[in-house]
Amino acid sequence: MLKHILKRLGLLIPTLFGVVTLVFFMIALAPGDPARVMLGERANAAQIEQIRQELGLDKPLIQQYGLYLSRVVRLDLGESITSGQKIKDEISERFPATIELAIWAMLFASIVGIILGVTSARKRNSWVDYTTMGGALVGVSMPVFWLGLVLIMIFSVWLDLLPTGGRMNVRYYFEPITNFYIIDGMILWITEGTPKYLVSAFQHLILPTIALGTIPLAIIARTTRSSMLEVLQQDYIKTARSAGIRERRVVYRYALRNALLPVVTVIGLQFGLLLSGAILTETVFSWPGIGKWIYVAIGARDYPAVQGGIIFISTFFVLINLVVDILYSVINPRIRMQ
Amino acid sequence: MSEHTQLELLEIQEPGPWRETWYNLKKNRGAMTGLGIIIFFILLALFAPLVAPQDPLDQLIEARKIPPMTDGYILGTDDLGRDMLSRLIYGARISMVIGIVSVGISLFFGLIIGVVSAYYGGILDKIVMRVIDIMLAFPYILLTIVIVSILGPSLTNAMIAIGISQVPKYARLVRASVLAEKENDYVIAERALGASNLELMFRTILPNCLSATIVQTTLGVGEAILSSAGLSFLGLGAQPPTPEWGLMIASSKEFITNAWWIVTLPGIAILLAVLGFNLFGDGLRDILDPKMRS
Repeated sequence: MLKHILKRLGLLIPTLFGVVTLVFFMIALAPGDPARVMLGERANAAQIEQIRQELGLDKPLIQQYGLYLSRVVRLDLGESITSGQKIKDEISERFPATIELAIWAMLFASIVGIILGVTSARKRNSWVDYTTMGGALVGVSMPVFWLGLVLIMIFSVWLDLLPTGGRMNVRYYFEPITNFYIIDGMILWITEGTPKYLVSAFQHLILPTIALGTIPLAIIARTTRSSMLEVLQQDYIKTARSAGIRERRVVYRYALRNALLPVVTVIGLQFGLLLSGAILTETVFSWPGIGKWIYVAIGARDYPAVQGGIIFISTFFVLINLVVDILYSVINPRIRMQ
Repeated sequence: MSEHTQLELLEIQEPGPWRETWYNLKKNRGAMTGLGIIIFFILLALFAPLVAPQDPLDQLIEARKIPPMTDGYILGTDDLGRDMLSRLIYGARISMVIGIVSVGISLFFGLIIGVVSAYYGGILDKIVMRVIDIMLAFPYILLTIVIVSILGPSLTNAMIAIGISQVPKYARLVRASVLAEKENDYVIAERALGASNLELMFRTILPNCLSATIVQTTLGVGEAILSSAGLSFLGLGAQPPTPEWGLMIASSKEFITNAWWIVTLPGIAILLAVLGFNLFGDGLRDILDPKMRS
């Protein structure tokens, strides 16, 4: 197993190197001059030339690439053209919002998805099974942003139950501590004695969580069901049943454990995909995360920011896939043997 | 006696692979529903000018935001007084074209890269696989967004972006099937008979590697429709006043307080079309390639 892990780790560096290279050259090919974007349409040629020099845009492309690479290695992603701030700071400021939403969406999707998947498998070909699998198929066929808008329309506009967007009631004076608002809400409950921050953070999370979690939920339910069906046919399950062990125990104690192996992989992969799916969800719910930030940066042609944001998310995605792969070989002895 | 049965066996003609698939498919209710939906949308797309009651771009100031089933507007009108039903019907045309063109791009390059890479193997295969791994290291949506923002936002560029970003998926799929197939006896026999490399790759091996690809292609059309709707929603795909479903949702955002149909209907159209391809693709998968069931 150690060999497998080392091999995967060894592939990490070239993959990340490839990601940075690909992003750099793709963005470098993009039309539009960053210097002009910075200065606006009214700038004169001399000013533009000066900025081009400051940004290093007057150098040959290959030299720019070398410079960029050497900075990325030192974890320096440069500065945003539009805000002038360090991209690293902009990302670390917004990333907790994205991660918080992704974690809740994934928790929601995993818990509900596994329960539905197991129930469908146990009651195969019943109406529960048909409804769940039909629902799952509808779930993966739906545009996420549309689901978000429909949820806002029903729960915010018609029923007036939940907020339409943002992370916290804007009228509250709120100083983030960890930037994970649920945790901040709990801390403030203790220090200030009022649960209102926690309640508001929770209310703001509900709709984006459902919107972002629906596709993974559907995929997890389907994976759990088919994996469960396969496991339930195994000899050891028959043995357990014939030994008179109660059905609930057979299903949840013996079958589910083994059936969850492929589900764990799917959950991991979906988590990585959520970060990029967040760009649509965050835009719909004005969620101040990294997805919305990249969306705005694209609109403003802020190429260093787009570059940095995409490298960051892709790196995160690669790392998650690596962790999932290693985790899988740890919990699945059959892979370890190979 | 034994001679007799042998003769009888010989006389029963084996159905061809297409026939057999179709026979199995007909028994799969989900797949047939999916096929029905797909045919429905294709017909709508083909005959849009005949079916649509009005021009999808015709604005009528005095007929803005009319709710469905009033004043002869079956599905109502949008904020500029354009007939929703006609826009949705023309939207089918756009979405079908997007689905087919972008999957066509992925399929074309994916097939060539996958077959050549697996067939020749060696250093070429290694390099190709490395590049594919790197492309797969990007979350798919991000990759399309980057490509579109480079090429500039338009419907054509969205199709190209979606097509390119899915090439690795097809290439990997085809490569795996070709690798499994290329050492088979029939390939060696063909080679011994003097078939050229090109003939071997595309005439001998490829047809035997298509089942997984056909499934992926069907599901891919649905995925492409969803992605292009997402791109249009972000302003990176179709531009106004094109009646593209995703764009229709995007421009309806402000009306969720007073005109539910403008928001809801295009989404239902996307949902139905994608559902059709997913149902059909799932059915095909069950029949063509039982091992791929996830």
